[in-house]
Amino acid sequence: MRRTTRWARVAVFAAAGALALAACGGDEDPSGAQETDDSTTDEDDDGGESTEPITLTIDVFGEQGFGYEALYEQYMAEHPNVTIEERGAGLGLGDYNERLVQQITAGSGAGDIVALEEGTIIQFYAQTDKFVNLADYGANELQGNFLPWKWGQGAPGGFVLGLGTDVGSMAMCYRSDLLGAAGLPTDREELASQWQSWEDFIATGEEFVAADTGMAYLDAATNVYNSILMQVAGNGSGHTYYNTDNTLDLDNPDIKTAWDLTIDMIEKGLSAGLNSFSDEWNAGFAQGTFATIACPAWMTGVIAGAAGDAAAGVWDVTDAPGDGGNWGGSFLAVTAESEHPEEAAELVKFLTSAEAHVTAFEALGNLPSSPQALEDPAVLEATNEYFNNAPTGQIFGAGAADLQPVYLGPQNNAIRTAYEDALRSVEQGERTPDEAWEDARRNAEGIG
Amino acid sequence: MSIDLNAPAAPRGGPTTPPGRGDPGRSQRMKTRLAKLDIRVSPYLYVAPFFVLFAIFGLYPTVYTIWLSFTDTSPLNPTTNFVGLDNYATLIGDPNFWNSVFNTLGMFLLATVPQLLLALVLANWLNRKLRGIHFFRAAIAIPIVTSTAVVALVFGLSFFARDFGLANGLLELVGVDRIDWRAERWSSWLSIATMVDWRWTGYNALIYLAAMQAISADLYEAAEIDGASRARQFWQITVPLLRPTIIFTVIISTIYGLQLFTEPLMFTSGSGALGGGSLGQFQTVTMFVVEAMRAHQRWGYAATAGLVLLLLIVVVAAINFALVRRLGSER
Repeated sequence: MRRTTRWARVAVFAAAGALALAACGGDEDPSGAQETDDSTTDEDDDGGESTEPITLTIDVFGEQGFGYEALYEQYMAEHPNVTIEERGAGLGLGDYNERLVQQITAGSGAGDIVALEEGTIIQFYAQTDKFVNLADYGANELQGNFLPWKWGQGAPGGFVLGLGTDVGSMAMCYRSDLLGAAGLPTDREELASQWQSWEDFIATGEEFVAADTGMAYLDAATNVYNSILMQVAGNGSGHTYYNTDNTLDLDNPDIKTAWDLTIDMIEKGLSAGLNSFSDEWNAGFAQGTFATIACPAWMTGVIAGAAGDAAAGVWDVTDAPGDGGNWGGSFLAVTAESEHPEEAAELVKFLTSAEAHVTAFEALGNLPSSPQALEDPAVLEATNEYFNNAPTGQIFGAGAADLQPVYLGPQNNAIRTAYEDALRSVEQGERTPDEAWEDARRNAEGIG
Repeated sequence: MSIDLNAPAAPRGGPTTPPGRGDPGRSQRMKTRLAKLDIRVSPYLYVAPFFVLFAIFGLYPTVYTIWLSFTDTSPLNPTTNFVGLDNYATLIGDPNFWNSVFNTLGMFLLATVPQLLLALVLANWLNRKLRGIHFFRAAIAIPIVTSTAVVALVFGLSFFARDFGLANGLLELVGVDRIDWRAERWSSWLSIATMVDWRWTGYNALIYLAAMQAISADLYEAAEIDGASRARQFWQITVPLLRPTIIFTVIISTIYGLQLFTEPLMFTSGSGALGGGSLGQFQTVTMFVVEAMRAHQRWGYAATAGLVLLLLIVVVAAINFALVRRLGSER
């Protein structure tokens, strides 16, 4: 009897211990929004001799990542000792950004190479010590490979923080079936001439609403607001919420212009009132709950992924109202915590070369930031099969070289969210436009 | 205690030593000293692991947070300055903070009060000898086993979604207009309270059930003989005897409810979830703290809010305790 209880006790403790270890072992979090685990690069060697097998980790964001899969294969074939591991595809920009700031500030947990969106890179201007100066690895010779303002954004004060990947540019994506059902033209050129200005775009929207198809004209007021702001700021003041010396400029008339146009759209009932990049917004592509969406080049990849094969050919692209405009675009940087800065820098230079830009464009539609790539026939004559064979190279690329830079300040993302929340409160009918404007201003000043 | 006169007398002047050892007195004294040390020190060593872990993961972060709240630390600032009570002053005057406090208290009350009452009633029903009662008792614990994030996603996406949600579908069936559950305070609070209640009612019911089963059946029999109705028996016998258990569940629910985070966070899909709605309709204090830290990059400010939250929990728990102590003593 005594022996049985003793063994029983041992068995119970062993089982409890095993369960405890299993419970502590993994992260059973199903949502990427709370992801906190971090993996560090393999340490197969120290010193980074080019023949030792190493693993380089690259952190990206966005539903489809950056479209670099073919490039990884190519690089790994040319450098057999290098294994490339990509993390973060499927992670939204906001969540990616928050996690990245923590990792960079803590000095550990980030990959060897990290993607920095144009709004994110500004936050790191004060922390260049956490990154490798790519000029140390010959990046300065590549200056001519990038649009001048793109280079300037990535190399504050001469420190080459990041090399440019893509630029957003601007177009308008639409569903030809929904516009057709409302009696509107579905041909690209006709539409482009019909909505030359944003006021014309709104007028077209009123026609759409009058046709009462049951669907909304555009997905979210916040998307249009951001697009108009970047366009107007680019052609006007050259900055959004911050002056170039990082002081707040909430009186910038460009902000009010974008705001007023957006409020007009909300009040005329044009918006579906969705939260961009939410699950309902994703479902909206496949279900066809909205007819148009402001479309930087990278949005084409998002749409194709969210709407799926069933909607191929139903989506189309045409020129956006107004003149030019750029929303988004990223850089690749090497973190100071990387064990293999030299190899990482080489990989960054490879991934941001003109040829790589063309490959990424062909894979995901991300517009190159390299002038050579923009003039490449593969880009200029490119058509996007998913978007009804639209000449995306022309639509996005033609004006890309003339894109005007827009200065975004350090807390750009947070302040943009404050204005987006205010717009959404008007969409939901919770606030009048004037109240919402005051809310946005007050919150933006608090964030400062 | 009997005295055995034939037993050898106990040695005096120290323990006996076997012959032939080197310095027998010294090693024996060492042993005694070690033994005394063992008795005095061992208890502290046994509880040391907990305190070491607490010092690392509990005490140090708290002290660091207190220090942080007096600075303007931010990853965007290369330098850190000591700002004294500025953060506290800003916090007191911040309408967004008080909004989050209001939301937290409101959601907490809306979720906890019905939940505990329902748990009490459920436990009462489960306290009977019905057929299959064991199945029901086990089944009621299933919601607690599910992951919070999954619950929030399923409720948020399939039930309370604006365009394709089940709740709106049911409303339209009875002819009521669709509701945008995230647009207004009352609708978002209701949705989040539903999620919390769905998860925790069963757990609290089981705790009450266990306590109820300790109540002697004689009391109920005596009451029945005296002609008390079932309801009267419940309120006059069961509830007063359940007072310690109720106090326990109230305090636990308070601590959990005031730190509500996962459900309101996952209620928003897409970006800006930490804001808790376009006007902060369902932003709780913990979300406010994390928003200040992650979205606004203001660590000093976030630390301040975290400490005030701690204060708030202590105050509310104390109020709860005082209120519930009187439960049953006047009935």
